[in-house]
Amino acid sequence: MKTLLITLLMLLGFSACSTGPHKAHNKGVYMLIDTSGTYTKELSKAQQIINYTLSQLGSGDSFVVASIDTGSFSEKDIIAKVTFDDRPSKANQQKRAFAQRIDSYIKNVKSSPYTDITGGLLQATEYLNERDTRMKTVMIFSDLKQELKKGYKRDIPLTLDGYHVLALNVTKLRSDNIDPQEYMDRLTLWKGRVESGGGHWDVINDLERLDKLIKE
Amino acid sequence: MQLPSFMMIISSSAGLSLLLWVFILMVLLYMARRPAHEAILSMSKILFHGFRLFASSILIAEKKLKYRNKEVLLSAGKEATERIIEREFERIDAFVKKDLAQFPTLQREITDSVVKLDEDYQKSTEIPPAPPGWTKAIEPIAAIPPSEDSMVAEILKSIKEALDKGQEKALETYRKSSEKRHEYLKNMVPTLRHINKSVDGLDKNVQVLLDRSATVDRHMDEYSEIIKKTDKASQMLSSSSMTQFFIAGFVLAIAIGGAFINFNLISRPMQEMVGGSVYMMGFKVADIAALVIILVEVSMGLFLMESLRITRLFPVIGALDDKIRFRMIIVSFVFLFLLASVEAGLAYMRELLSADDAALVAGLLTGGSVEGVEGVDDTGRWITTAAQMGMGFILPFALTFIAIPLESFIHSSRTVIGVVVAAFLRLFAVSLRFLGNLSRYSGRSLVNIYDLFIFLPLWIEGLVIGSKKTELKPVEVKKIQTTEAVPVKKRAPRKTATKKVTPKTDEVEEDKE
Repeated sequence: MKTLLITLLMLLGFSACSTGPHKAHNKGVYMLIDTSGTYTKELSKAQQIINYTLSQLGSGDSFVVASIDTGSFSEKDIIAKVTFDDRPSKANQQKRAFAQRIDSYIKNVKSSPYTDITGGLLQATEYLNERDTRMKTVMIFSDLKQELKKGYKRDIPLTLDGYHVLALNVTKLRSDNIDPQEYMDRLTLWKGRVESGGGHWDVINDLERLDKLIKE
Repeated sequence: MQLPSFMMIISSSAGLSLLLWVFILMVLLYMARRPAHEAILSMSKILFHGFRLFASSILIAEKKLKYRNKEVLLSAGKEATERIIEREFERIDAFVKKDLAQFPTLQREITDSVVKLDEDYQKSTEIPPAPPGWTKAIEPIAAIPPSEDSMVAEILKSIKEALDKGQEKALETYRKSSEKRHEYLKNMVPTLRHINKSVDGLDKNVQVLLDRSATVDRHMDEYSEIIKKTDKASQMLSSSSMTQFFIAGFVLAIAIGGAFINFNLISRPMQEMVGGSVYMMGFKVADIAALVIILVEVSMGLFLMESLRITRLFPVIGALDDKIRFRMIIVSFVFLFLLASVEAGLAYMRELLSADDAALVAGLLTGGSVEGVEGVDDTGRWITTAAQMGMGFILPFALTFIAIPLESFIHSSRTVIGVVVAAFLRLFAVSLRFLGNLSRYSGRSLVNIYDLFIFLPLWIEGLVIGSKKTELKPVEVKKIQTTEAVPVKKRAPRKTATKKVTPKTDEVEEDKE
């Protein structure tokens, strides 16, 4: 009886020790926004997606919005980042502040001449791996046409085990209308890169389907 | 059809090879017929007896369980009936103390009233007024014939006047005395009413006592049936337990629904207290905390009900000293009250959070203002806030009453589980007996199928024996029959068997089994 009691107390102690922000239950979302060329016109849609994502995340979740520009493998490209507080009321305040920061960014955004998607992806994986969240989602709001500045090396294999990579609002370029194969090839290329890295690839062009944005 | 190479006895013809194999197999099976039959039959017999043995043990277990169930049921019924009878006697005692304790006073009142009535009655009796004595004296004067003598006429006139006056006075006196008598009679009415009322009250009290004694009689009859351990009592208690089980189960299901609503009321605001992303053993700590609060409320409710002696789940509490029990009532009620207040506060917090969430989501999704709400200011929102707070406060007290159906459920579930297990055991035993019989008749069927497969050698054997029989003399045939009959051993009849053993008794008995 005594042994049983001690065992029970020990179990209770261990279970109590296991409390704290449990890493196996939170979500991590990293959103990359393409700010190159004419794509900046699409940023109002990105704001919609960001707001929707904010409404879906809760206490303990992390959300980062970063821009894709000439060299995206840098913390400087992070526009806003947040890990929501344990208390729902505080988390709501953080969401409001985040939304306002994004709003002011979009109003004053400057377009960049190059598009370093791979750098952004690498930065996203680095950040989310550090956060060690249960669900890791990278959203790429871009036309997926990578244009690198001379001297930048981005032929690095991606490591995306357990990642869900979402391409959002992949617009058709003028050249795509002439040769749709180019558009198909772009999608196939990125799908191949993500899946060969162990990630799961999805494309959402219809913003009415945002409910599938952060799926378990 | 292709045969494996090792089966090709005649390499040129597969059909012939197959035929040969069938022939060889037939011969081999014919040769092994007797031991094969014995093996099949003994195997089926082993299975049959094994299953039967297993079924018998299960039936014994079922019988024991039934007996135990009956014992438990009767014991529980005895205890419950004792409680009811005890309670009835307590009620009668309280009634006698409260209502019939005034009986001597009432009796005294009635006696006094009767005495007063008697006195009034005596006073109200009519006494005829005594005729005045002098009337006789003046009768001769009055009889004097009227004459013209003025003197006499004067005298008579004055006498008449005196007489009239006296008559008027007497009439007046009579009227007064009549009035007084009527007054006495009038005064008797409220006394009579009072007596009537007192007697009616007494009658009612006696009727209540008679009703209660009839109830006690009924319960005493049930109690004596239980003490005698009759089947009637057992059936009555069993059916009562079943009813109790389902009713209590239904009420508990409703209570669980209430607890679920309560949980939803407080789990979200709990995140403000213990954090929304803290997990323990895979569950949110906020949810666990909310559940713990509800369970503590239920426990406090149980203690309160136990201390009030409404339920008897913990005999220790019921057996406590009245003073300690009273303290326990106070303590559990205070805890319950505090927890209910906490819940009301949490419900208010939930409403604020919901309003804030709604404003935030609306702001984010419509692109409008994302300002938060400072308080619950919207018109009409106070109704939901008040309702939530009210529910948060009331539900803990409502959950207190779970103790009553819970007690019934626990007590009746013992009987119900016992009955279900007994039924399951019986079903299992029947299935085993069925399997036993199946294995037995399967053995016989297998023997017949075996013979069907070797029908050709058997047919030839039949022909050979038939021809031999016709060649043999009748004496030899008899000898053969007797020599064939010797190996058949008949099982000795059981000592307990009462019936006369016929040559096929064993088989018949087994069939019956």
